Amino acid sequence: MKKVYGAYLCTGCGIGNVLDVDGLKDAASDAGIAMSEHACLCGADGRAFIEKDIAEKGVNTIVACACSPRVMQNEFNFGEQTITIRGNLREHVAWTAGEQKEDGSVDEFLQEMATDYVRMAVTRAQKTELPEPYKLETISKKILVMGGGIAGLTAANEAAKAGYEVTIVEKDGQLGGKALGWRKMFPTAYPYTDLENPTIQDMIAEVQANSRITVKTSCEVARIGGSPGQFNVTLKAAGASTEWDAPAKVTADQQDLINKGELEDPNKGLQKYTNLNPEGEIFGAVVLATGWKPADVSQYDHLGYGKLTNVVTNAEFEKLAKNGKVPARVAFVQSPGGKDNDKDFPYCNSVTSMVALKQANYVVEDNPVDGQAYILYQHMRTPGNAEFFYKGMQAKDGVFMTKAAVTKVAASGSGLVVDVEDNLLGEDIQLEVDMVVLAAGMVPTTATDNVINLAYRQGPAFLDLDLFDGYADSHFICFPYETRRTGIYNCGGVRKAETMEETIDDATGAALKAIQCIESANRGVAVHPRSGDQTYPDFFFSRCTQCKRCTEECPFGALDDDEKGTPLPNPTRCRRCGTCMGACPERIINFADYSIDMIGSMVKAIEVPDDDEEKLRVIVFVCENDAYPAIDMSGMHRNKINRLVRFLPVRCLGSMNMVWIKDAMSAGIDGALLLGCKYGDDYQCHFVKGSEIASRRMENIGETLGSLGLEPERCGVREIAISDYDKIPAIIDEFVEEIVAMGPNPFKGF
Amino acid sequence: MSDTAGNGAVLVVGGGISGLTAALEAAEVGNDVFLVEKNAYFGGRVAQLNQYFPKLCPPTCGLEINFKRIKDNRKIRTYSLTTVKSISGGPGNFEVQLETAPRYINSNCTACGDCAQACSEEIDNAFNFGMNKIKAAYLPHEMAFPRRYVLAKDACSAASLAAIKSACKYNAVDLDMQPQTFTLKVSSIIWSTGWDPYDANKITNLNYNSSNAIITNMMMERLAADNGPTKGKIVRPGDNKEPASFAFVQCAGSRDENHLQHCSYICCMATFKHISYIRAQYPEAKIYVFYIDLRTPGKYEHFREKFMADPNITFIKGKVADIVAERDGGVTLTAENAVSGTKVHQKVDLCVLATGMEPALGDQGKALGVNMDGNGFVVSDAAKGMVSAGCAKAAVDVYTSGQSSTAAALKAIQIGR
Repeated sequence: MKKVYGAYLCTGCGIGNVLDVDGLKDAASDAGIAMSEHACLCGADGRAFIEKDIAEKGVNTIVACACSPRVMQNEFNFGEQTITIRGNLREHVAWTAGEQKEDGSVDEFLQEMATDYVRMAVTRAQKTELPEPYKLETISKKILVMGGGIAGLTAANEAAKAGYEVTIVEKDGQLGGKALGWRKMFPTAYPYTDLENPTIQDMIAEVQANSRITVKTSCEVARIGGSPGQFNVTLKAAGASTEWDAPAKVTADQQDLINKGELEDPNKGLQKYTNLNPEGEIFGAVVLATGWKPADVSQYDHLGYGKLTNVVTNAEFEKLAKNGKVPARVAFVQSPGGKDNDKDFPYCNSVTSMVALKQANYVVEDNPVDGQAYILYQHMRTPGNAEFFYKGMQAKDGVFMTKAAVTKVAASGSGLVVDVEDNLLGEDIQLEVDMVVLAAGMVPTTATDNVINLAYRQGPAFLDLDLFDGYADSHFICFPYETRRTGIYNCGGVRKAETMEETIDDATGAALKAIQCIESANRGVAVHPRSGDQTYPDFFFSRCTQCKRCTEECPFGALDDDEKGTPLPNPTRCRRCGTCMGACPERIINFADYSIDMIGSMVKAIEVPDDDEEKLRVIVFVCENDAYPAIDMSGMHRNKINRLVRFLPVRCLGSMNMVWIKDAMSAGIDGALLLGCKYGDDYQCHFVKGSEIASRRMENIGETLGSLGLEPERCGVREIAISDYDKIPAIIDEFVEEIVAMGPNPFKGF
Repeated sequence: MSDTAGNGAVLVVGGGISGLTAALEAAEVGNDVFLVEKNAYFGGRVAQLNQYFPKLCPPTCGLEINFKRIKDNRKIRTYSLTTVKSISGGPGNFEVQLETAPRYINSNCTACGDCAQACSEEIDNAFNFGMNKIKAAYLPHEMAFPRRYVLAKDACSAASLAAIKSACKYNAVDLDMQPQTFTLKVSSIIWSTGWDPYDANKITNLNYNSSNAIITNMMMERLAADNGPTKGKIVRPGDNKEPASFAFVQCAGSRDENHLQHCSYICCMATFKHISYIRAQYPEAKIYVFYIDLRTPGKYEHFREKFMADPNITFIKGKVADIVAERDGGVTLTAENAVSGTKVHQKVDLCVLATGMEPALGDQGKALGVNMDGNGFVVSDAAKGMVSAGCAKAAVDVYTSGQSSTAAALKAIQIGR
């Protein structure tokens, strides 16, 4: 596209009142784009004003210096073939100005701030390009479902109902998973009081009757290579070893040792991870539904599991109940902590309370005369509508429940005796029972195994699952389906201990995400959180030094590499955060509308007075996801902002390339601050690692600056939440004061 | 997309976190989506929350990215102040009549705030549960989307209205705005109408109205929020006393034959979150939690653990029978400790009722032919072209709402294919 520029200045919402409009227009012209003004650019008249230039002059690249790019998107949208760059003169300048001067004169510092924003917007427009979406040559719309239990069956069925081809891979010889062993299911419909007969056989039959679904039992995934839209999947007989098994992660250092013969290659005999199996099946997306395993409860000595006969887990009790009559006197122990704590067994969520209620019902059902079921809990966890079942069971003859600390289970004759303290009965008691059932948790398969068996540079498994107790998650709360491996969506027991009702919803949602990922890849756009983004990282390989930083830092494992270490991009795995761009010391990774040169040029567009100690300059690189909106909100509150700072939005702090800091310092800018999200265990970064990686890079740049004779403290990072808007002025002021105390950048004027 | 997109189009009723999620997930597959919300802003209940448990992060962070996804997506059309009036047709070809209430501010609004400056009347701030006043020309809250003012016209004098109109430089004040009805043709409908806090006045033994020292858990969210009525300072409404002692009454109206029979799922976690708010401001305050069960399952168990060891927090298993206002502005709670069997009287400066979730659709749903269960939750009924999501379906947390809303999006898409 040959760019034809037009720059427009809105003087509404106070902008024209506090700024010298002609000065801003001159600045735009000096920077290369003539600017015209309008009193209300977002109104119908203002829009017509711009559209006239589009029609008459063929303008296709618009600079609109007005309000924040977060508002009035429709008003400043002139179609897909037109670029619009927004300069934020309202929230970032006019609304931070405070009271207008009485004589109506313009504050010199404020004017300089606005002028810089105009120049930066013009520069951005000059450096940006219309994106062309990345399209795969061929795309598969088939969905692979790993696991044939309730979650997998549901995901397959629901995806097929929406018209997609599905293959289910199940390790066991038959479909159905854990549900095959259930005698009854929890209630799923109002009034939620009665147990239901298992529907698992119906679910299996539905899957088997659906011509869109292929079922492969006694089968598992050896490896998954490729990327969304074209995952190359090698399947194998369950338990078999093949040359296509997923290779273990080998770090660059380990590879060196292996090459020198000093370390045994863990992947000996395996196909290299970048090799695509010519006989592999191609899938567009994956639903992971490999479920859970019953937890080991033998570590609780006082409960006697593994030592005393007739102390069993809930899973074992269900098998007994499925196959015949259960004993008459049964104690259900929900919490293993005795008097020390009132926690449930690990990995229980709220499922095991419901299981105990269900199994107590078996006791009284099978033993109508003498059935006695004792549920010994610290906290009964029957949230939502599960409460109705709990309530119904409370009224059942033969079912007794109490809050209790179970301190000991011991043998007594042919039975067992359970010591029950701190209960609701007024005194400590001993229960004589035939059997004790421990409410063992449901350990997700992802806690112990690689499960997804990816042939990725960053290894075969999801990363950092210890933050989520081993559950396959990356974004607890807002975006449950996000993982750090694009195109792979979890449901069922790998997400959390779930009831069947919840699993069915969960699996349906996972099917939706798989479909959405395929359709997004087909359109050549990103998935969450930059949904619809048509840009993608473009590598200028001839200058790559194989440093592998991009490959290692990508939060989503999008980059593989060849023998030499040159990255092999997989754009459909990419979430477009730009962490690779920030990592690259050679600055060879760029996006059509976001590049090293663009941001560097915007930094250089800031005018730095050579010899005025009153006019130091501080550049603030701002994460556009949370910090930028927070600055907007600060403006809405009409909080004043220090007039020495210039805000520059970045996609994510992960995309911060340290060359921009050097650009700023060599341009004579006196300080540089990064504003981004909180990191750590409860990270808020939408790209998981961005702000954490940026902080690490900044520590290193500190050293570099030190070697140049600049104070490392000229660069800083601050973590803020989107709700911290009223704290922003003080955070900025504090940093600026530190810079002022240090004095001007000694490189100024060079 | 057109107003009558018809084939494959999805109508999502309710623009809280569940409706936003369902709408976005469907639209990002490629379907046309209409998202309607009865309030003047999207975001629903979560917009009122100060933080999410257990990460203690601001909900506006997730809302912001969802709003960004909406603004960037031409497949979604949003309607605020809009309710469903009638539904005809069936799966694949619904005709839905909707009505948009007058905002009295049109789309010329730039959110500059001049109208609020010119407005002389104040109204109770519903966003803050009436704990403070706002101008009758107002932005519902800072992060409101759409970012357009609302005018409570009936609260204003003629002179004030004239001043408001003339203060607007952008001709955005339209005092003659009328309710507008329109029709959408859609293939399926997702009900994500969410919940209302259970009316504490109905729990007569807790004497909610008898003292300023009794507040609800949702009020606590607003008190703790920097953009709340007290700028985040947790003080007693009325006399602004800094409380030295707090009580939490769990299951206030939930798990109760006379009120909501279901468990409202989130109140235990919410209370632990509120304890974290209190601890940040009052490290030594005495806190008493009256509960039946502490339902903090799974990941939330770690969250609870952090506070269980706090020596200044007492957990009493027992349902609160009575709350009595005291002369000094505090209240005394009476409960029976179920473990010790003793009666407990506890006086505190501020008492928080952990009120639960009442499904918000109510009788209106029945009138529209929506399949609702005996508790007022919407039953997902794909065969009838209507599915439910989030707390319209059952009391759940935000995480689970995300799952059920994403599921609802697929069910809705299937109906249109």
